[in-house]
Amino acid sequence: MRAVLNCGYVPLVDAAPLVIAHELNFAAEEGIALNLLSQPSWSAVRDLLAHGQLDAAHILAPLPIAMSLGMGATTIQTDALMVLSANGNVIGVSLSLAEAMRSGHWSGRFDTPRETGNALIKACGGRLRIGVPFPHSMHTELFCYWLGVLGMNNASGLEIHTVPPHMMARAISEGEIDAFCVGEPWGSIAVEEGVAELVLPGRAIWGFAPEKVLGTRRDWINAHPEQARALVRAIYRATQWLENKENLPLASEVLARSEFLAVPEPVINRALSGQLTMRPGADDCHVPDFLRFHANAANFPWRSQAAWIGSRMAARLGMDPGSTIKTARGCFRSDLYREYLADLAPNLPLTSDKVEGAMSVATPVATTKGELILGPDCFFDGTKFDMSTDGR
Amino acid sequence: MDKDLKIIVVEEDRDRAIDIIDGLRDSGWSDVTVIGETTSLARKLAESEPDLVLIDLANPSRDMLENLSAASGARNRPVAMFVDHSDLEMTRAAMRAGLSAYVVDGLAKDRIKPVLETAIARFQVVSQMRTELDAAKQALSDRKTIDRAKGLLMRAKGVSENEAYQVLRKTAMDQGRRLIDVAEALVTASELLG
Repeated sequence: MRAVLNCGYVPLVDAAPLVIAHELNFAAEEGIALNLLSQPSWSAVRDLLAHGQLDAAHILAPLPIAMSLGMGATTIQTDALMVLSANGNVIGVSLSLAEAMRSGHWSGRFDTPRETGNALIKACGGRLRIGVPFPHSMHTELFCYWLGVLGMNNASGLEIHTVPPHMMARAISEGEIDAFCVGEPWGSIAVEEGVAELVLPGRAIWGFAPEKVLGTRRDWINAHPEQARALVRAIYRATQWLENKENLPLASEVLARSEFLAVPEPVINRALSGQLTMRPGADDCHVPDFLRFHANAANFPWRSQAAWIGSRMAARLGMDPGSTIKTARGCFRSDLYREYLADLAPNLPLTSDKVEGAMSVATPVATTKGELILGPDCFFDGTKFDMSTDGR
Repeated sequence: MDKDLKIIVVEEDRDRAIDIIDGLRDSGWSDVTVIGETTSLARKLAESEPDLVLIDLANPSRDMLENLSAASGARNRPVAMFVDHSDLEMTRAAMRAGLSAYVVDGLAKDRIKPVLETAIARFQVVSQMRTELDAAKQALSDRKTIDRAKGLLMRAKGVSENEAYQVLRKTAMDQGRRLIDVAEALVTASELLG
């Protein structure tokens, strides 16, 4: 009798690793069964995970850190066993704001974070209401980082509104928000509905940002070490499968089904292939590394990534940076990742920290058994986040 | 008992909202308001300054309330989520019933508990189970429809199952539609013509 794990997810393209681990039997091959439970909101995922109705979940990378810090609700020590995906968000603006940006001589390009950000700040006229799916999310951190560097923050008119992903198109069409940062397919859906234009992929802000992680309570891991191991291995194999281009048509067909995303396959395909459509009728725009599930050690829970998230949360919310970063680092379980995948992923990095933002091109690094390609992982402003100096 | 609390129930289903309000009023809380339309929910809540907000755990608009707690430092009436470890049994009962509650920070637990007990009794477990069941049924019917469409193509064009599937896929991709929608159209058309 296989153990059945209750796994929560929010309907998004980057839920694919869990969905594929289940649908293509990677979970069964590792001796477990997944009971996939679609959730309407991130707060529902958090609460069900915190109180044991879910064993594991597809969650926003900053969320286990926020839960472990006791932000929003209860303090529940929650860990990220692996990263499920890197990048994959898009920033979109209302039609009128896009028009205002163009009349301010914005070039309309998809790969110019500095120019686009400046055009956005200029066009919004001192007040910008941005929709993000959850307060503790990479969406919030990336957007605030981007506009913060360019000189706009909540003291100068930036308002952050929480809007669930599938309600983003409605919120922007009804004028509740001026712009959004959201995971696919919901940005492209807003384009299809003719209510928004995409102006920047998230990866243009940080080239290799951890987006969703596999979240579990620490006490669950301690009580079920074999199930945790099987789950990580099954999902690791699913991400390996997702990295193969030949498998993407089947992946988008599975995700399009009513029980998962229930949106047309071609729209799902945009995120999977990195071919985004900025506005209705426009040519596709190819975004390298738009969404990565596996390659370039995407699944490795780098402690330095957790530290970056912790340092940003501390700065934004006025918390003590030292203790926040320490808790954050402890949540990203690179120790367990190494243990669980020792034989499946022979090429593991030698350290669990790297200088975030240091690689402008794909770079080979030494590993336990050879070498591994990492990056590119630049921040748009060229900043390098070094744990040995910034994290203390 | 002190029943002078301003309670807001966020519920789009009118019958269910009435049921919850009646339950609370019958038990003595008179200041109960329903918000049925979740557009601009955060703004509406901030304006009405409630002591306690009750909302379905499965309501996607719930995340908009998280905003209020995250931004509590900047507001006069901070809102925090109630479900916590101080009363695990109550929290679990609320979650089983599909109820989540947000309270103004600092509101005494003994004032909240009786409201929650009443609300839990009224919130129904069935709604959550119903959605899960609906999704499972839908998935099964999707597959049946796709299988029927494949069968129709195989007979009409004399092709293999795999080829039939490829035709459906290609049509869906070319037309920017879901595979299931193409399959449904084919099945409907053949019924009309048959």
